[in-house]
Amino acid sequence: MGLPERVGVVGVAQTKYGLKRNQTIPEVAYEVVTGVLDDAGLNIRDIENVVSSSVDLWDGATASGAFLTEVVGAVMGSETRVSEDGILAALHATLNILSGGFDVVMVIAHCLGSRGSHYDITNWVFDPVYQQKLGLDYLSSAGLQASWYMDKYGLSEEQFAKVSVKNHKNAFNNPYAYQPLNISVDDVLSSEMLSYPIKALDTAPVSDGACALILASEERAKEIAREKGREPVWIKGLGNCYDSHYLGDRDLTECEALTVAARKAYELAGVENPIKEIDVAEISEPFSYQELLWLEGLGFCERGGAGKLIDEGVTETDGEIPVNPSGGMLSGNPYIVAGLTRLAEAVEQCRGEAGDRQIPGVETALAHGTTGPCGQMHCVVIVGR
Amino acid sequence: MKRNAAIIATGQTKHQSKRNDANQAEMVFEAARRALEDAQLEMKDIDAVITDNMELFEGRALPDMWVAEGAGAYMKHQLKIATGGTSGSSAVIAGYYTAASGLFDLVMVVGFEKHSDGHTFAGMTLTNPFWDRPIASAAPGNFALSITEYMASRGVTQEQAAMVAVKARKNALNNPYAHLHIPDITVEKVLNSRMIAYPIHLLDMCPQSDGACAIIYASEKKAKEFCENPAWVKAAITRHDTPYLGDHIDRLATIRTIRECSRIIYKKLGITDPVKQFDVAEIYEPVSYAELAWYEAMGFCEEGEAGKLIEDGVTSMDGELPVNPSGGVLSTNPVGASGVIRAAEGALQIHGKAGKRQVPDVETVLVHGYGVYTWCDMMVLSSHL
Repeated sequence: MGLPERVGVVGVAQTKYGLKRNQTIPEVAYEVVTGVLDDAGLNIRDIENVVSSSVDLWDGATASGAFLTEVVGAVMGSETRVSEDGILAALHATLNILSGGFDVVMVIAHCLGSRGSHYDITNWVFDPVYQQKLGLDYLSSAGLQASWYMDKYGLSEEQFAKVSVKNHKNAFNNPYAYQPLNISVDDVLSSEMLSYPIKALDTAPVSDGACALILASEERAKEIAREKGREPVWIKGLGNCYDSHYLGDRDLTECEALTVAARKAYELAGVENPIKEIDVAEISEPFSYQELLWLEGLGFCERGGAGKLIDEGVTETDGEIPVNPSGGMLSGNPYIVAGLTRLAEAVEQCRGEAGDRQIPGVETALAHGTTGPCGQMHCVVIVGR
Repeated sequence: MKRNAAIIATGQTKHQSKRNDANQAEMVFEAARRALEDAQLEMKDIDAVITDNMELFEGRALPDMWVAEGAGAYMKHQLKIATGGTSGSSAVIAGYYTAASGLFDLVMVVGFEKHSDGHTFAGMTLTNPFWDRPIASAAPGNFALSITEYMASRGVTQEQAAMVAVKARKNALNNPYAHLHIPDITVEKVLNSRMIAYPIHLLDMCPQSDGACAIIYASEKKAKEFCENPAWVKAAITRHDTPYLGDHIDRLATIRTIRECSRIIYKKLGITDPVKQFDVAEIYEPVSYAELAWYEAMGFCEEGEAGKLIEDGVTSMDGELPVNPSGGVLSTNPVGASGVIRAAEGALQIHGKAGKRQVPDVETVLVHGYGVYTWCDMMVLSSHL
């Protein structure tokens, strides 16, 4: 079974990620609004609805979506905000279009990660009754997950480090990436220990930025893309799933929510053997080990088998399934934006417009977003030509 | 819209100042469970979940993580909506698109707020740091500015506003879930209550409540299966406006978002005389004066006639168009839930399950959400598909 109707992506734009100390939130957002309209060849008046994604605590303001209203052209227009990873805003925009409510929807996510305390904000994600008081944040809980993963399946810190080496190297091909680095496994292993077994170079750097997409119903998508001499990139399948909140209620090494989200997306897209049928994958990996764990959840290999994938170069840009040719989150995308960035990159790959990071002959690409402690939420979107 | 959807069930908590016996996730579960009981459904029957609140009021980041299981989102699609005061109504509209997308048949929407967990006044003053924060004064101070303008331009009196406050609190006596039950409420009592920001008396203002409210949508093919009298969505619309205070002259009198939403929806549905054609309206009135301004903007009366409308009892329970039989926001305001409560109360009137606050023979209901001082969501529910 496929989607009831086709929904196309007709525009993408990203800022260069990095520390944007001299720009306000509306200024950062404005860059991708004008960028995505240019890319699609549309005027702001063509946009019927805007689905933004941002989080009050990162923005340091109540109802902080209001920072965007003027910039996205929603004064006396229709706008809503998904306060979650940006890939969920794209998912919601797809539902907007499938319902028949709108034909052309802009999706935008922003986060100035450098303006807030990562420790405090990710600590406030944990429930205030049991877990927040333990001082857990995304980093320390990831340490628990990585340790358990190593213990259960025998993965090594070296294998995690290889992910970091690969993604930082890939970032040299991506003009939007914040931190391309030429590093070795030893560099990663000898970087500062933050939360065992996670070291500084196993983590995504603090960064700022924004990303925007324009989605359209089948007929409108064809028209809009034709004007630019392109074909739309179609959303083939999507799935989103939440796990238990309490870490103790989950087997952190199984990422069941990801398996469920991927299964839904694959069913809609008609994907039966992901490693064969998907040409490139953009996966949200705020920590290096997560790229491996998520590959297992996505069904690219059996449980515990992802160490072998990285050892054998299967996920390199010239491997069987290139993973994060953009450089991924490890090269610097802020939380909240990261999932939408993955989708933008997947679309660029399907268009054949990914520049130096282009994988040849991409027909089908996978984008993945995640938030929450140890990946409580996962979202998978399959796009294709 | 390509597909239809209806509200088939509702559930809410008893709203009160402080829920010492339940945390946010437990309140969400309480409302969700009551909605499931209303339709004789189980958690496993729900396909997708939308949650919403004002995250900064309670100082939580991504509160959808903590409440996911309470809302029934375990191993399911969930989204978190956050658009300030309109969060609830935006979530209601998001739920509608989700249920009409063709991908999900039964969709739960849960709005919640636990004001006693945080500091609402502090949250409200966290507005744009450049322009509005230096003069930020939370809701009463902000409303006072536009209300004095409104009184001057329309000749509305403090007594007429007090009559709105009395109507709301009298209606609330029929609603077992309402927060404020003030049996001896009178116009004199409102006018003699403490002046909090001229001309707003304490009893002109909404309370801060702890509470949650859930509704369940069904797709067209499932609605009749679980509900005898489904409340079909006939139209839904959002309009946002610039959030900067200084950009709005005579804000309450002009409130162009409500005017525009009304114009578009009335035209679509052929409504020329809203007072006659709507059987009930559930509107978002955080302060008594606002309800009068909304009467004009929604076309319930001519400009400047709102005071007369309340004096003539047109909007009281036995009037031609009962407005807020539930007691409205003036009686109950857990902000993230308030917009969902409007839709739930509107649907209850069509379900014929509104108990002592039931208006006879309800076929068409106007539902309205308001926030960020100028934003508007509107929905029309009908007993007819």
